[in-house]
Amino acid sequence: MSYEVIGITVLWLFLYGYVIVASIDFGAGFFAYYAKVTKRDHITNKLISRYLSPVWEVTNVFLVFFFVGIVGFFPSAAYYYGSALLVPASFAIVLIAIRGSFYAFENYGSKQSNVYLFLYGATGLFIPASLSVALTISEGGFITEENGVVSLKYFELFTSPLAWSIVALAVVAILFISASFLTYYASRANDKPALQVVRKWALFWATPTIIMALTTMIALSQRNERHYQNMLDLWWIFSLSMGFFIIAMGLLYIGRNYGTAFIAIMLQFFFAFFGYGMAQYPYLLDPFIHIEQSVTNESMAIALIAAFIGGLLLLIPSLILLMRLFLFDADYAKGKK
Amino acid sequence: MEFFDTVTVSRAITAMTLIFHIIFATLGVGVPLYISIAEFIGIRKKDKHYELLAKRWARGFVITVAIGVVTGTAIALQLSLVWPNFMQMAGNVIALPLFMEVFAFFFEAIFLGIYLYTWDRFKNKYTHWLLTLPVVLGAGISAVFITTVNSFMNSPDGFTMENGEFVAVNPIEAMLNPSAPVRIFHVLGGSYVTVAAILATIAAIALLRKKGAAAYHKKALKITVVSMFIFSILTAVGGDLSAKYLANHQPEKLAAAEWHFETEESADLVLFGWLNEDNEVVGEIRLPGFLSFLAHGNFTAEVIGLEETPEGERPPLIVHYFFDLMVSIGMFLTGISFLYLVVSKIKRWDVHNKFMLWLLVLTGPLAMLAIEFGWLYAELGRQPWIVRGYMTVDEAATSSPYIVHMFFLFLALYIVLGTLFVITLRKLFKDNPVEVELEKHYPELNKGDES
Repeated sequence: MSYEVIGITVLWLFLYGYVIVASIDFGAGFFAYYAKVTKRDHITNKLISRYLSPVWEVTNVFLVFFFVGIVGFFPSAAYYYGSALLVPASFAIVLIAIRGSFYAFENYGSKQSNVYLFLYGATGLFIPASLSVALTISEGGFITEENGVVSLKYFELFTSPLAWSIVALAVVAILFISASFLTYYASRANDKPALQVVRKWALFWATPTIIMALTTMIALSQRNERHYQNMLDLWWIFSLSMGFFIIAMGLLYIGRNYGTAFIAIMLQFFFAFFGYGMAQYPYLLDPFIHIEQSVTNESMAIALIAAFIGGLLLLIPSLILLMRLFLFDADYAKGKK
Repeated sequence: MEFFDTVTVSRAITAMTLIFHIIFATLGVGVPLYISIAEFIGIRKKDKHYELLAKRWARGFVITVAIGVVTGTAIALQLSLVWPNFMQMAGNVIALPLFMEVFAFFFEAIFLGIYLYTWDRFKNKYTHWLLTLPVVLGAGISAVFITTVNSFMNSPDGFTMENGEFVAVNPIEAMLNPSAPVRIFHVLGGSYVTVAAILATIAAIALLRKKGAAAYHKKALKITVVSMFIFSILTAVGGDLSAKYLANHQPEKLAAAEWHFETEESADLVLFGWLNEDNEVVGEIRLPGFLSFLAHGNFTAEVIGLEETPEGERPPLIVHYFFDLMVSIGMFLTGISFLYLVVSKIKRWDVHNKFMLWLLVLTGPLAMLAIEFGWLYAELGRQPWIVRGYMTVDEAATSSPYIVHMFFLFLALYIVLGTLFVITLRKLFKDNPVEVELEKHYPELNKGDES
């Protein structure tokens, strides 16, 4: 395999990792607020905060990892995306900052307040919306380069059905992933009342997720014919994704094996996400960043891949430790430790 | 003509983010070390005071880490948003340390999460203490990697330039560029000394207010002031090596810091003072030959003056003050901590007298100021370059007109974060003072505390 393919695969894996962990986190924030408003917070919110407290920092790192990596492997990404995304990415930074620091302030510093919970829930939905602009503009036609000045066509962006479909898909997918994870976590903690609540949320958000996925496909077919055709050619990947979705829904509906159900959902998004990425090949940003032509020099690519392997050898055992202590430790989840 | 220029705003936005971020980054590097030391002593001596010290420091640390993480995320993204051309170049040459820095950060984040939530989970107390080591290491190593990136901008190495393109890139050489070792030394030492000073300030304030738990605060003071002494000397050594490095490799930066205009032998060290209309130094304190000594370890050596640097490539002369203030504060810290050590050895004197405590109260804020001054000197001192000798800041900045709006957006963010940080910390410690916590969790200790 060539360096650029290894590079983009690794980065895509990390972005996928971020999508999963961040979805759980963002969705949990929304649900915590929703539960408070509907006066069910005493049932669910202890469960949510027990999971979130030790991992919120790790979630952030996945994102930093992705964009430091992409600038490393594909330096022109810094130039084009950096120039074009100044405004949306700055907003994402501010939202992430509010969310992350407020989390610490509230959980370690003082008592929960409604304003905070609202901000926490709302930022969780706005962050994916502002970050997903990057996915939209990668389809091409949203940025111009004139005399060395790269700028984003805001009007074009805000009136694009594709942009809105992607935003909506991101939001509903987050709620779906998060609810199904919380279902698993509640069953792990043997918390029956919470389980009943979060299971309903998971079942509810499944439908809009699938609808928005299809809407996005339609919008994409109008925007970028090449990408759409490639996706059709990769139909088997998307069928696998659909298959796992059906398995997950079945399990959630019958109400058993929630762990397997969540893994099925992770696989569903894994295939959808990789299918989407593979179909975009060979562009990172249509037509400015071509994967093969914009990859960094050979020695840097080798160094990054070596650093990556070394880093993973360090990270994977640590992450497993973290999960064993907080995720798979039934006593912790139950609140006994 | 626009009424602002994007380059100036780009510089302002980055300066603002970094000035805010390094407060928390410095705390992030240093605090874990002291948590680790306190917990270790606590387990060894079976002294609950130290255990509580570790716990309380850790509690405050979480809040600082939170801001450190979010502002760190901000600067990491801003590099590409505000300096797209620079990052395009950096991606080709120094992506490696940036990438590894994130790994170190990742490692630290995981273990910090584990550490905070496992205080009572392990039978052997040392098991929990062991968790501090990856946090201390991760924090230190991320500082090392990010410093190599900054060093590269001062002393680029590891590539050759052909027709405006980088060829023969050697990422390892770029990372281990000539100025990296001395700067890493100085940055790490500076962080540890600053955090020691800040923790000492907290303990000294508590002792001055005489609210109780004096034994606890005295122990805190001892650990931190001893550390302050050791690290301030190491930092000074690092600073001296940096000055010698500058004299040989980046003379315009040292010359600007010292207002040393003409190349000469036996150059004088100029302390403070100001410049008159003819650019002559007035009202200064002059130490004859000391600049030669600082630069080359020899009172008569020749030191290159600013006149040898082309006019358009000279750093601003204001860096002189930053340099002098940084050095003065550093010496003050060494002096005070030395005084504390001497006085504490003399049995007849009370080391916790009011005057001593007041001096110690000053150390924390001053040390943090020294960090800011040091960075301002380092960063302004390489103007107009972003990568010295290769790329100026004008060529690197974004051309987006929205940058000025983003400046105010981030300004608002930092004001909010800073205010909430102070409020939260105050609440956290005021609502739960040491004496109350001691009584609640360690009632057996309280008797000896009245002294």
